[in-house]
Amino acid sequence: MAVSRLASSSSSLSKLLLRPLPAPPFSRSFSAIASDDDGTVLTIETSVPFTGHKIDPPSRSVDTTRNELLSFFHDMSVMRRMEIAADSLYKAKLIRGFCHLYDGQEAVAIGMEAAITKRDSIITAYRDHCTFLGRGGTLVEVFSELMGRRSGCSKGKGGSMHFYKKEAGFYGGHGIVGAQIPLGCGLAFAQKYSKDETVTFALYGDGAANQGQLFEALNMSALWDLPVILVCENNHYGMGTAEWRASKSPAYYKRGDYVPGLKVDGMDVLAVKQACKFAKEHALKNGPIILEMDTYRYHGHSMSDPGSTYRTRDEISGVRQERDPIERVRKLILTYEISSASELKDIEKGIRKEVDEAIRQAKESPMPDPSELFTNVYVKGFGVEAFGADRKEVKAVLP
Amino acid sequence: MALRGLGRRISIGKRCFSSASEVEKRPRDGKQINLFSAINQALHIALETDSRAYVFGEDVGFGGVFRCTTGLADRFGRNRVFNTPLCEQGIAGFAIGLAAMGNRAIAEIQFADYIYPAFDQIVNEAAKFRYRSGNQFNCGGLTIRSPYGAVGHGGHYHSQSPEAFFCHVPGLKVVIPRSPQQAKGLLLACIRDPNPVVFFEPKWLYRLAVEEVPERDYMLPLSQAEVIRQGSDITLVGWGAQLSVLERACDEAAKDGISCELIDLRTLIPWDKETVEASVRKTGRLLVSHEAPVTGGFGAEISASIAERCFLRLEAPVARICGLDTPFPLVYEPFYMPTKNKVLDAIKATVNY
Repeated sequence: MAVSRLASSSSSLSKLLLRPLPAPPFSRSFSAIASDDDGTVLTIETSVPFTGHKIDPPSRSVDTTRNELLSFFHDMSVMRRMEIAADSLYKAKLIRGFCHLYDGQEAVAIGMEAAITKRDSIITAYRDHCTFLGRGGTLVEVFSELMGRRSGCSKGKGGSMHFYKKEAGFYGGHGIVGAQIPLGCGLAFAQKYSKDETVTFALYGDGAANQGQLFEALNMSALWDLPVILVCENNHYGMGTAEWRASKSPAYYKRGDYVPGLKVDGMDVLAVKQACKFAKEHALKNGPIILEMDTYRYHGHSMSDPGSTYRTRDEISGVRQERDPIERVRKLILTYEISSASELKDIEKGIRKEVDEAIRQAKESPMPDPSELFTNVYVKGFGVEAFGADRKEVKAVLP
Repeated sequence: MALRGLGRRISIGKRCFSSASEVEKRPRDGKQINLFSAINQALHIALETDSRAYVFGEDVGFGGVFRCTTGLADRFGRNRVFNTPLCEQGIAGFAIGLAAMGNRAIAEIQFADYIYPAFDQIVNEAAKFRYRSGNQFNCGGLTIRSPYGAVGHGGHYHSQSPEAFFCHVPGLKVVIPRSPQQAKGLLLACIRDPNPVVFFEPKWLYRLAVEEVPERDYMLPLSQAEVIRQGSDITLVGWGAQLSVLERACDEAAKDGISCELIDLRTLIPWDKETVEASVRKTGRLLVSHEAPVTGGFGAEISASIAERCFLRLEAPVARICGLDTPFPLVYEPFYMPTKNKVLDAIKATVNY
C-alpha cells in the first residue's frame, strides 16, 4: 500500500495534495480503518456555520484525515445499502411488522461515532438500524433481528425497533415516542456518578420534541448538571406532519430555553462530528446541551408510508441532489484526490456483496425456539402457566 | 331530556343524553361497509348533530392512519377537526378541559399502546371530575377513541389491549364494538353519553369486517350485553375482535354436540352482569376470552362476579382463555393469542368437567 510523502505548503494545517492510492480492503465488519494514514490533517469547512443558542458555536473548520474521510464514505455507504436492502426484504415479506429506515440521515450516526468512544452511551428512538451499526453492530445481526431470527442482536425478540448493544453502550431502540429521553438522562446521571468522563447522547425526532417528557428531562438534567447531550434529529416530518404544523417553534435547538443549543447541518458528516465533539466537552464541564441536526429521510416514516403524500417528489430529489451526505463526502474525496471515482465505485460494489452475504447468512438462521416466548419476562420468572391446544397434555409451569 | 324516536335526529345544541334509545336488531337500510367507514359515518353524524362537537388527535386532519376521520376536516372545517402535536398527555388533558366547558370532545389516541402518557389525565382528572366537584363540573362530553388489539404483525407497541387498566377506574366507561354496525351505534351512544368514555376499536377489523350498516343516525344502548347466539351447554363471553374467534369455536363445538351461548359484552364497565348471570344460570358453565394477558385481565372480574352470584349453579370452574402473561411478542404472536383451538379445548374441558 503506497503511502505518499508530501510536503506541507505552510506551517499551519492546510490543504494537502495527495496521490490516489488503491483502496484498502474493506471486507471486515464495522470497525476503524487500518491505519496506513500518515496522519496528515485536512482542515475542511462545514457547509454552513453553526448557530448557537446561549452558547458560542464552535468553529466551522473541522480537522479530519484522509482515512477518516474514506471511512466516512465506506461506513455511510454500508448504512445506505443496508437500508435499501431492508426495504427490499420488507417488500418480499421476509421482514414483517414495522420497519423505519434511516437512509438520508447516515451522517448523524457516523459523525457522532467519530467524535465519541464506545464508552459513551447512545440511546435513540425506533429509527435505529444505522445507529446500531455505528456502535459496532454487524450486518448479520441487523438482518437477523429484522427477520426475527435467533442470531439477531436482541435474539429475534425485539425486531426493527429494539436493537441493543450493551458492550458498546447502545441502549436502543425504543418504540414509544419520546420515552427514551428521560432514560438518557438517567444514563447520564449514572455516568456522572461513576466519574468516568463519559457522556450520553439521547436522540429524538422533531415529532418527539413536543412530548412533555422531553421538558421534564431537560429540567432535571440542567438542575443536576448531567452530562447528557440531547440530539434532535430534525428530519422535518413527524410521520406525515410537517414541523411547522406540529410545533409553534420549530427551532428545536432553542427549545431548551435555559439549556444551550446548537443547530447543525445534519447532512454534513464533518459538521456533525465537530458539533458532537464540542457538545461532549461542554457536557462534561457544564451539563446538558441540545444539538439540532437538520437532516432528511428519503423513505417515508415507515415501510407502510410511501413518503410522498405529504411532501413532493421534487423536494425529496432536491435534497438528494443538493445535500446527500454520501455524495458530499465523495466530492471531498475526489476534490482532495484521496481516491478515484472508480475506486469509490469498487468500494460500493464490495459493500453490496457484503450486504448480500449478510442477508444470506441471516436467512439461514433459525427462528427462536418457542420456549423463548416466556424467557426474560422476569429474571427468575414466576409460575407462568401456558398450554397448547390440548390443556391436559401440553401444559407447563414455566420457570 | 328528549327521548329519541325512531330515526329522529338529535336536536342540535342540546346536550340531551339518553342511553335508552332504540335497539337495532335488524338494520333495514344500509350499505355493506367496513369498520373504519362505519366509525367515519358515526363521526360525521356526531359533528353534524352537535355544533359543539370536535374531533382531534394525531393526523386526524387528512383522515387518520386508519382512515376513520376522512372527510371530516373538509366538511366541518379545521376549527372543529384538527391535528394535535405528538403529545398524548396534552391531548387528553386538553380534551378534558374542552369537555368541562360543555363541549363534546372526541379525542383520538393513535394506538392504544400510546395511551399511557394520557393515563394520569384520564384516571385522575377525567374519571373523578364530577365526583370531586360535587357535580358542579363534569367532563361527560369526553370520548377517547383508540385502536387496540392484535393485528398480526404489530409487535409490542401496536397490538396491546389495555382495557383492563381503565376498567379499574370508577367514573369511566369502557366500550368495545365487535362489528361495523355495532361500532357506529355504540360510538354515537358513547359520544352522547354524559360520562367520559374510552372507546376501543379492534384494529384488525378495520378493513376485514364488512357488514350492512344503516346510513341514518342510530344509537345502541350502553351497559347492555348482547346474546349473539343462543345455547344451552356453556356461556362464552368476549368482546371486540375476539368474538369472531369465539364464533368459530362455537361452530366447531356444535359439531361435537356442544351448544354454546355467545355473549358480546359491548360495555366493559359498567358491565351487564344481569345478562351474563341469566345466561350462566341457564347453562351452568362460563368461559371468558380476551387478548389481553390473563392475569388481571377483565376476565378476572367477570369470573369473580359470576362465581359470587352463581356459585351453586356452576358445574365447572370459570375458564379464561386469554393472552399469555408476557409482553405482546413479535414473532411469537401465534403462540400468544387465544386462538380458536385453545378456546375449543377449554370448552370441551369445561363441559366434561
